[in-house]
Amino acid sequence: MTWVSVCKLDDIEQEGAIRFDHGSRTYAIYRGPDDSVYCTAGLCTHEAIHLADGLVMDFEVECPKHSGAFDYRTGEALRLPACENLKTYPAEVFDGEIRVALG
Amino acid sequence: MDGIVIIGAGECGTRAAFALREAGYSGAVTLVGAEPHLPYERPPLSKPMNGAVEMKLICAKEALEAAAINYLQGSSASKLDADAGTVTLSDGRVLSYEKLLLATGARPRRLACPGAERALEFRTHAQAEAIFARVGAAQAVAIIGGGLIGMEVASVLREKDVDVSVIEAAQKPLGRAVPQRFADRLHARHVAEGVHFHLDRGVVAIDNDGVILADGSTVPADLVVSAIGVLPEIDLAEAAGLATGDGILTDTFLRTSAPEIFAAGDCAAVAQPGGGHARFESWRNARTQAGTAARNMAGAAEVFNAIPWFWSDQYDLGLQVVGLPQPWHQSVVRSIGDGELEFYLDDGRLVAAAGLGIGNSVAKDIKLSEMLIAAGVRPGSEALADPDMNLKALLKSTRAA
Repeated sequence: MTWVSVCKLDDIEQEGAIRFDHGSRTYAIYRGPDDSVYCTAGLCTHEAIHLADGLVMDFEVECPKHSGAFDYRTGEALRLPACENLKTYPAEVFDGEIRVALG
Repeated sequence: MDGIVIIGAGECGTRAAFALREAGYSGAVTLVGAEPHLPYERPPLSKPMNGAVEMKLICAKEALEAAAINYLQGSSASKLDADAGTVTLSDGRVLSYEKLLLATGARPRRLACPGAERALEFRTHAQAEAIFARVGAAQAVAIIGGGLIGMEVASVLREKDVDVSVIEAAQKPLGRAVPQRFADRLHARHVAEGVHFHLDRGVVAIDNDGVILADGSTVPADLVVSAIGVLPEIDLAEAAGLATGDGILTDTFLRTSAPEIFAAGDCAAVAQPGGGHARFESWRNARTQAGTAARNMAGAAEVFNAIPWFWSDQYDLGLQVVGLPQPWHQSVVRSIGDGELEFYLDDGRLVAAAGLGIGNSVAKDIKLSEMLIAAGVRPGSEALADPDMNLKALLKSTRAA
């Protein structure tokens, strides 16, 4: 597994998300209410909208356009119009830095 | 045939068909759509990719089949007999129903001037294709109407480097739906992008040269788009004797004046808690009313009380408005990065919020505002104006209290 460094944990607010572009792809990186970190595909599965612009509450992220929602821990689509799950990637905090495995 | 019949297969009618199944309704569901396509989303129509207008389906054919929704494509309802409980289709078929949902939507308001037929309207996929297919050859486009649709089309055309004029009868564009502060900012952006505005000008005629205005001047154009708003499709309901006004009148449960007939979406004027009826033309409203109407048709007694919300994308700017801002509300402005939020208070209570920023940057705060409005909070204006006062923290403290 190849880890890619994203940012410091504190660069993301608690219950927050940022957009992370790597290679030709875009991802969303989340910091949960308990400081756990997660990584999903960056775009909503309903339409190509960046999820990191959406509201994060608890372990849920809501699409900023159409209010589809996902559990960002599992990628599970929770609310219409999103019905296809998000791809997820391993993420962890190592030495104060968030890193993800995008392989 | 029995069961539930839905007239109109736009966002509202289609969502309602699926929501009936989600609510456990097991009878027959028939969805009647006038257009020669599967149900599709309208928001992408104004955002063509590489010149092609996208046909983004709301659902695949297989999804309709899996939910046992009988989709009658390319059919419209020509007559409704509320006493007999039947609806007659354009091909002569007669469907009987236990319950009926009118999700007939809206149609573009027609210009009434000589040459009006030269103007293209913007509502359906076919109309969007007709406009964008002609844009390539056009030197100059005149858009009649400076509302949300007119301004969105103007921004798309400017991005294609087409010469664009906007003609608006009012003194300012976007006056109807957008709070003044953001209407002004969007107007300024369009001016900076090179859109020519002809404000406070009526249209007298359209001819080969372009659009002739009431002051005698001509706005040169080889393509004219009419975007002067929409009218609710109430003809079927009206002819059947249902109560109508600016839309098909419903109670708070989305029931019309006829037993067993509901209405939802762009065509429905819904009774408001403060009196009167209100009609909303937005993607979200079409879906939320569809859900309520479907659950009520399936036996629930749910009051429709969702807070109105819409977005508009123009250039790289995204506008979102939640609630119904009014000129008499107390306004509080907050700066956030490249954008701005405006909150609207009525006697101290937060009742609406709007925001304009790059892309979807205001979305989070508008969503939190919606939750704060629903919670009935009375935040101090200092807190609302302070960018360091986190709206999520404010919401949590409200919930804890």
